[in-house]
Amino acid sequence: MTVLNVNGQQHRIDVDPRTPLLYVLRNELKLNAAKFGCGLGQCGACTVLVDHEPVFSCILPISVLEGRYIRTVEGLGSEGRPGPVQSAFIEEQAAQCGYCIPGMMMRAQGLLEHNASPSDAQIRDAMAPNLCRCGTQMRILRAVRRAAKAMMADAGTIQETAK
Amino acid sequence: MNAMPPLTRRLLLTTGGALVVSFALLPKLAALAQNVPKLPGDLDKTPMLDSWIAIDAQGRITVFAGKAELGQGIKTALIQCAAEEIEVDPAGITLITADTERTPNEGYTAGSHSMQDCGTAILNAAAQVRGILIELAATRLNLPAEQLKATQGTVVANDGRSVRYGELLTGQDLHRPAQPTSPLKDPKNFVVIGKPMQRVDIPGKLTGKPAYVQDMRPNGMLQARVVRPPSYGARLTQLDAGAVESMPGVVKVVRDGSFLAVAAQGEFQAIDAMEALSALAKWEQGPVLPEQATIYDTIRQLPSNDSTILDKGTPGQQGAHTMRATYHRPYQLHGSIGPSCALAIFEADKLTVWTHSQGVYPLRNALADMLHMPQQQVHCIHVEGSGCYGHNAADDVAADAALIARALPGRPIRVQWMREDEHGWEPFGPAMISQAAASLDADGKLIDWQYDVWSNTHSTRPEGPAGNLLAARYLAQPFAQPAPKPIPQPEGGGDRNAIPIYTVPNARVISHFIPQMPLRVSALRALGAYHNVFSIESFMDELAHAAGADPVEFRLRHLDDSRAHDVVTMAAKEFGWQPDAKLPRGHGRGFAFARYKNLAAYCALALELEVEHETGAVKLGRIVVAVDSGQAVNHDGIRNQIEGAIVQSASWTLYEEVTFGRDGITSRDWSSFPMMRFPAAPESIEVHVIDRPGEKFLGTGEAGQGPAAAAIANAIADATGARLRELPLTAARIKAAIGI
Amino acid sequence: MVWRVLLTVVVVIGSAFGAFYAWAWNSEIPPTNAPATLFDPGIVAKGAQLAAVGNCGICHTQAGAKPYAGGFPVQTPFGTIYGTNITPDPDTGIGSWSETAFRRALHEGVDRTGNHLYPAFPYDHFTHATDSDIGALYAFLMTREPVAKANRAPAVPFPLNVRLFAAGWKLLFLHKGQIPPDASKSAEWNRGAYLAESLGHCGACHTPRNVLGGEKRDGQFAGGQSEGWLAPALNAASPAPVSWTAEQVYAYLRNGFAKQHGLAAGPMQPVVRNLKKASDADLRAIATYVASFAGLQNDADREQETQKALDFARSRDSKVPMPPSGAITTSTRADAKPGRTNNDSAAPSGAVIFVGACASCHHSGGELPVSRPIELGLSTPVNAPDPAALLRIVLDGIHPSSGERGPIMPGFSRALTDPQITALVSHVRSQFSRQPAWPNIAAALTKVRQNKEPATEAP
Repeated sequence: MTVLNVNGQQHRIDVDPRTPLLYVLRNELKLNAAKFGCGLGQCGACTVLVDHEPVFSCILPISVLEGRYIRTVEGLGSEGRPGPVQSAFIEEQAAQCGYCIPGMMMRAQGLLEHNASPSDAQIRDAMAPNLCRCGTQMRILRAVRRAAKAMMADAGTIQETAK
Repeated sequence: MNAMPPLTRRLLLTTGGALVVSFALLPKLAALAQNVPKLPGDLDKTPMLDSWIAIDAQGRITVFAGKAELGQGIKTALIQCAAEEIEVDPAGITLITADTERTPNEGYTAGSHSMQDCGTAILNAAAQVRGILIELAATRLNLPAEQLKATQGTVVANDGRSVRYGELLTGQDLHRPAQPTSPLKDPKNFVVIGKPMQRVDIPGKLTGKPAYVQDMRPNGMLQARVVRPPSYGARLTQLDAGAVESMPGVVKVVRDGSFLAVAAQGEFQAIDAMEALSALAKWEQGPVLPEQATIYDTIRQLPSNDSTILDKGTPGQQGAHTMRATYHRPYQLHGSIGPSCALAIFEADKLTVWTHSQGVYPLRNALADMLHMPQQQVHCIHVEGSGCYGHNAADDVAADAALIARALPGRPIRVQWMREDEHGWEPFGPAMISQAAASLDADGKLIDWQYDVWSNTHSTRPEGPAGNLLAARYLAQPFAQPAPKPIPQPEGGGDRNAIPIYTVPNARVISHFIPQMPLRVSALRALGAYHNVFSIESFMDELAHAAGADPVEFRLRHLDDSRAHDVVTMAAKEFGWQPDAKLPRGHGRGFAFARYKNLAAYCALALELEVEHETGAVKLGRIVVAVDSGQAVNHDGIRNQIEGAIVQSASWTLYEEVTFGRDGITSRDWSSFPMMRFPAAPESIEVHVIDRPGEKFLGTGEAGQGPAAAAIANAIADATGARLRELPLTAARIKAAIGI
Repeated sequence: MVWRVLLTVVVVIGSAFGAFYAWAWNSEIPPTNAPATLFDPGIVAKGAQLAAVGNCGICHTQAGAKPYAGGFPVQTPFGTIYGTNITPDPDTGIGSWSETAFRRALHEGVDRTGNHLYPAFPYDHFTHATDSDIGALYAFLMTREPVAKANRAPAVPFPLNVRLFAAGWKLLFLHKGQIPPDASKSAEWNRGAYLAESLGHCGACHTPRNVLGGEKRDGQFAGGQSEGWLAPALNAASPAPVSWTAEQVYAYLRNGFAKQHGLAAGPMQPVVRNLKKASDADLRAIATYVASFAGLQNDADREQETQKALDFARSRDSKVPMPPSGAITTSTRADAKPGRTNNDSAAPSGAVIFVGACASCHHSGGELPVSRPIELGLSTPVNAPDPAALLRIVLDGIHPSSGERGPIMPGFSRALTDPQITALVSHVRSQFSRQPAWPNIAAALTKVRQNKEPATEAP
């Protein structure tokens, strides 16, 4: 039995502890966002956050994740109430087939939690582990910049309110 | 957002309209085809209006399209077409796509045909349905039709009375053939077409809603994986699978000849079992592959069927300058980010397959052939997958799922290929060779043009016979691969866009179709147009240089088509193209233009890049594009497609090449087949859409591929003085060409 | 008397210093304007190959910036020295250097104006280069694109920042002059010796250094350090389970990969990238020379050793059989053995981590068509005397340069916790190596994490 904290909820998982997180998210927890792309840590379609760090869930056994904070796109927001990164991607229409986009959004979320206003070069470097075959890169970059601005503005609003 | 399809047959059979639809789907009668003018778009193949549009008593509108969403945004554009002409809010339309029991048979979603064929059909069907609704209302209200107007799902009379659509229609009112002409709206009055509308599928995909066939997980589903042979044609000679069958979670090892698969409860268990099976299996190696180093010579030496596809004037004129050049393009991957996936269930002698195939009907026929079942007993339903960019492994994995499902009746079987399977076994975009020769007169005008292109087929898609399904060729009773056929002009396959769009008085173009296929190949986005436009547009720059002309002006000099003029001029203007621009050392700019298939969208682009002299590495700068897709339904959708085509083509052009040894394909993942990553993406891409209200839709999805490749090659030549004619234009090749 | 003695001492010290100073003093060589057009293209081409062998581009290029324009941080135990601009820009580069000035820099470690250069610039090797090779290198550099980019001052603490210290260093470690050929060896070996010992400066990383930073003369190729990575021994002390042959060294230098050893990682990656421009003959010569230091020189012995190593590697390189679902829990230590170093009992076992995190690439799957790495049992880092290199790879992974074909290994620096990495590395060692367990992986990990060098300068 492995206990996982996913998007703030505790789950008791009864599968082989060597099973990579991706399969548990998708099949045991029925979370669709993280995708199988290569199973080799080369494409980033499976990217999720663990303790604020973007990681490849396809090569991370659940046994190493007890007591750690896992987040997926489902934790960023919902169709009715999308989070700032999701809103930015929707506003920029930053998807074609969309298969890689959840991984992109988690990679972007991880970046923005560490660096609230990254330069263009920093965004490109941070996003480098993730591949998009449809060629949506330009829109993804725009969406990450838009999300950064929105999150900064939100943070500003929160600060203002606090005053 | 498409909800996941229901799984039980009962649910499928009880969904309303199924019976009507099956009747409506009867193919057009031969008698109808006689002396009847051609109907717009795919109405010509499926003329009954209720095959396309259904309106229930509550006024809910369902549109049926035989084309599928592949990530190109077609659902949104089709909904816009329907909403505009039926006069309803787009949100009120349910769109059903590609389902062999519900939608028209529109063949494949391919070749940038969706708007031309399906969009046109729906636009016209919707207009005709509106006409019928108005007629019915006229009868009901006893008013002349001129005094009635359709708006927001209601027919409104001048006198203020109104009838809702749902109240007007009874049973068979829409069960009538479409007419050759439709009461289309004046584009001036459009409120949906050409207006901004966000993609209907994006919010769900971005919030973790089930959106892909990969996301389906009905109760009782088993996860399956296939153990592919070590190489093409290898045969499974020995296997003792006992140890694997007793592995945790394993339900069954399925073997039929050299087709080997395993189904398990858990996905990781299936992968684990697949690896264990792979370790136990003994294979007899298939025929060796040719040497990669000499592959182009090998291809040239294979027998070819030659056809002259253009013969104009008296080719062979000598001019002031005569130039020749040869261009090469390697095998390249579709490389979907999500490996191909399918779900199948075999129940009560019926097979149901959820697939991201581009053609559910042809797949159904091929599956029926493979399983020796009547076609009506096979039901294929399209569910989105990862972007495919042509004929990838979608159909193959559907065949895998079908074979495993047959061995485990009653259990839904989900199969997803591994990354190595996808890279190694998908049908590649074919390697190609072209030779161009042209002469210029003393005024720098083209007087002679000769062009030869050598290529395998660009379609080994499944049709009727099963032999184009990968697994079918490895069964104990194997199916032979059908003889490949060329795709005829004017669309063409290997010779797509081989005929120059430029005006040349004397010209000959020969297409050399090579039936024998050293590697497995099929349709990759743009087909031969990627290579031919790369060749022709590179050559045009070389000719412009020889003529001492600016490349943009040189192209315009030879273009008679005013719409071609417009996109070339707009791209140059928006880019700020100056004939005598002086650029910093190592910087270059390139221009290219094509009209896809010489009959679809026009696309011109200008770009700038920098070549690092010491390494040959290319850094892409600003890219400016002009595109004419005819009537533009969704401008942002067009921009998204063009941006994507350019980035994808840039990756093909700069980096990509399938590698192989004598024993098999060696590019098996993203490390051995690298593609563009974010740091190398262009600085910016700016797409200008030239809208042509009222004009025909022109397919756009593949229009950017060829021009992007040529513009990059032209800019590299501008930056370095070195002309590269063999794809990909890798840093190593550029460095070798520019020297020390 | 006392005064006289003191005076004598002062005079002696004073004159010694004076003599040293006089010895150490170098005159400025007047600036020149070397016109690029004067260089023979053949000489330039030869210079290009020598620049590749010398890997000039690595230390003289900042990540993401113009080649040869300087800025790369060379980390030394004595501080950080930034590679200088060696493009022909007259103000910030070496555009005003005559060939004589350039030769003096390589042979004597003195810049054009007469300053001593820090030995991070390996003139203790370059001093052996022939005048004609240096001339070719000069021709190559002077025909590069001039880039105006100011040099960055070294971050070296007092008193080491007094340049005269470099002169003292030279007294001890700079042995000028050409390397005498060894008549008992082949021409290829001698060519390799010349290239490896002069411009190639292999020993700069692969030979251990003493406390003053000089290469230990009795420890040639006995293994050193580079940018926080282990530069493994190339002599009999090599940790590679298979003794290197010339053919394998050649394959490794040419393609960055040798089947029996694995692939170039860390600072060796850019070296291999540069060597792409070196000639085949030169690479074969270097390979012949380097392989002559390997432990086993007898073919039969080597074959036997190789087979043993391969047999062992293959016997160990398999996935741990999958137990029934739920049979292993995170509290069970599948690979627990007495004496195993793992301080954190809460960490899942290394074997469990290995299957989920590593085995999708590092496994033997029969003829499963995976572009798979070599058997871990053959890996040098797995068999090395200390775990630093393996830890470095696990933390950072391996990444090819943009658009280039090459193995990708994701880094686990952020995905795994320190106890998890410790358990994993301990498992890999015991599972795949015949060498004894590493005694204190956790401490080594802490050190490797502290040593983390920024791959690029912060913008």
